[in-house]
Amino acid sequence: MNHLPLIIKREYLTKVRNKSFIVMTILSPIIMIVLFGVVAYLSQLNNDKVRSISILDESGLVQDAFKDSGKIKYQVLDNMSLGAAKLLAKEASSYGLLHIDKAKDLNTLPNHVKFYSEEAPSLTLISEMESTLEKRFTEIKLESNGVDINMINASKTPVNIAQESFEGEKTSKIDSVVKLIFGGAIGYLLFMFIIIYGNMIMRSVIEEKTTRVIEVIISSVKPVQLMLGKIIGTSLAGITQFVIWMCIGGVLMTVVTTTMGIDVSGMQKQQEEIMQQAAENPELHMQVQDFIMAFNHLPIVNLVVAFILFFAAGYLLYSSLYAAIGSAVDNETDTQQFVFPVLMPLILAVYIGLFTVIEDPHGTVSVVFSFIPFTSPVVMLMRIPFGVPLWQQLVSLLLLVGTFMLTVWFAAKIYRVGILMYGKKPSYKELIKWIKY
Amino acid sequence: MSNLLEVNKVSKKFGDFRALNSVSVAVPKGSIFGLLGPNGAGKTTLIRIINQITMPDTGTVRLDGELLNNGHIKDIGYLPEERGLYKSMKVGEQALYLAQLKGLSKAEAKARLKYWFERLDIGDWWHKKIQELSKGMAQKIQFVVTVLHQPKLLIFDEPFSGFDPINANLIKDEILRLRDDGATVIFSTHRMESVEELCDDIALINKSNKILEGKLVDIKRQYKINTFEVGIKTADKLGLEQEMSQKFDISPANFKTLDDELKLNIKISEAETPNELLSYLTSRGDVSHFVELIPSVNDIFIQTVTNN
Repeated sequence: MNHLPLIIKREYLTKVRNKSFIVMTILSPIIMIVLFGVVAYLSQLNNDKVRSISILDESGLVQDAFKDSGKIKYQVLDNMSLGAAKLLAKEASSYGLLHIDKAKDLNTLPNHVKFYSEEAPSLTLISEMESTLEKRFTEIKLESNGVDINMINASKTPVNIAQESFEGEKTSKIDSVVKLIFGGAIGYLLFMFIIIYGNMIMRSVIEEKTTRVIEVIISSVKPVQLMLGKIIGTSLAGITQFVIWMCIGGVLMTVVTTTMGIDVSGMQKQQEEIMQQAAENPELHMQVQDFIMAFNHLPIVNLVVAFILFFAAGYLLYSSLYAAIGSAVDNETDTQQFVFPVLMPLILAVYIGLFTVIEDPHGTVSVVFSFIPFTSPVVMLMRIPFGVPLWQQLVSLLLLVGTFMLTVWFAAKIYRVGILMYGKKPSYKELIKWIKY
Repeated sequence: MSNLLEVNKVSKKFGDFRALNSVSVAVPKGSIFGLLGPNGAGKTTLIRIINQITMPDTGTVRLDGELLNNGHIKDIGYLPEERGLYKSMKVGEQALYLAQLKGLSKAEAKARLKYWFERLDIGDWWHKKIQELSKGMAQKIQFVVTVLHQPKLLIFDEPFSGFDPINANLIKDEILRLRDDGATVIFSTHRMESVEELCDDIALINKSNKILEGKLVDIKRQYKINTFEVGIKTADKLGLEQEMSQKFDISPANFKTLDDELKLNIKISEAETPNELLSYLTSRGDVSHFVELIPSVNDIFIQTVTNN
């Protein structure tokens, strides 16, 4: 008798109808969006503030280098002592006062620059002023050595090495960045999915134990079926939740951005600006083009298929372990010590993905870990954007599925012993005996 | 009468602990079979083996002549001692789910549930959640779920725990009716008075071994002590007692009567018949009370277990 569909249906409906599940499904994206809105709104407020900065340049050499930008207005003060300038700046509620001492020697002048302000200035502001000054001082020094600045500017030559594989596939630096983001997102998604829904499966197993319904169920259903039903039902509920989150998130995002005036138009303007600048600036233009190309270079079909397969198999592998843990313990507080060792390989996989794969996607470490079943879902998915031979993907997937089936089978044995055990842990010797059944 | 269930030399060890030691039990078709034993004797292990929850180390179990297999799941209804239902599920949904797991179609399960719910007068619980019900109410649902798929073999482990006397009686009547309809019932309990009332056959398990099995009446006959409880009206109580103490093995008895009678337990030898005792008694006074003392299951249980 195959009861799997029946069990899946029950698990799914129980999860989906659960009040806390419904509340979380609706509330989570709202909370996220509200947080996002608040942060965006506040940072916009911050950005919109125009800061005025007073400059007292007693050397008279660099004050012309400071040009007003959208957010900073420079005010050049003349003919006054430092004390008076400080007072004036304070009264005019300037953000701060940049003081450049009299020039005695061009070499020591950079050591006589100071910034006075009420509060500690922002890092970006300081580095902006520093780079302006550096550029200006360098120019002055070059000029004093009789070098023509215009000639230097004219002879600047940007270089961007075009990359191409022997098969004729073009790549670029930005390719790697896009791939990194892609792989990172997938790894993180799998990680979150396993933690959230793995825990849900574990709780559901523990619930069956504590309500003592398990012996009734187990007299009609094979434990493997019950466990698989639980895993699949909970996963489907998880997918439902994810899809709803995406939908609500998408709708709310549009609503929030339009109503709260966090201007999409501004962002569009920025984009237009970038495009415009790109048109004027050949270097930027190239980068933008590279970015678009990088996306086109991703092996999309391969990625999507591999994503579905590896994600599903990887998730099922871990969730069967969660189910086994749930059956071996009596209550949720006892689970922690078992959960950590299970999550270790997953955390390891994410680190390997983020550090080793990006550095050397086809190196020994990357290749080995993309075959080991417990790390392969994350590592292989991160490698695929860089191009992985089909045979490697297939072998890795086969290993993963094989291990998954083995784990489910093994977990079911623990499950079968565990669910009827209250207050004691099963011995390995006994497990082996149960496995024969 | 043929046997529905035959357990043959089943042994089971958990680590170093021997739960069952070569236990054989035969349950006749259409009987109510009492599986008795002190706590930890191995009853639950045996029941789990019959339900294919646990596998025996050695030995075989046959149901209707066939070795136990997956197909037998629908032939057995099991009410475990450790029982419960999903707390947050509605009564009707849950009952349907459990019935479908036993192989009933949804429509069939619904029709039968309706019948049973009306029968036990619990129809209006359909949309309630289990956590809203009392323990006794939940037990009723559990009972219905156990018998719903009309199994050949019903196994009840402490079925009356959690019921008030009225509902316990109701369930007892249902069990008897199911037996009359052709089901075979295995009944495991510590409540000896219900064994007395219900069981046709019993087996007694103690410390992993079966120490007694057979028809209840046969066992009682075997344990009979040829003793009669007697009340007799006489003017000279002391004299009669002295006279009888020379003829029989007597001891004072204690029971309620209307008058001031001489009350005695009288044990007769194998050679004597009850009639001879009675005619002797009537010659000495008015006999108001004459009952053969039959050992209760409780007495047999305690006697066998302590002797063992």
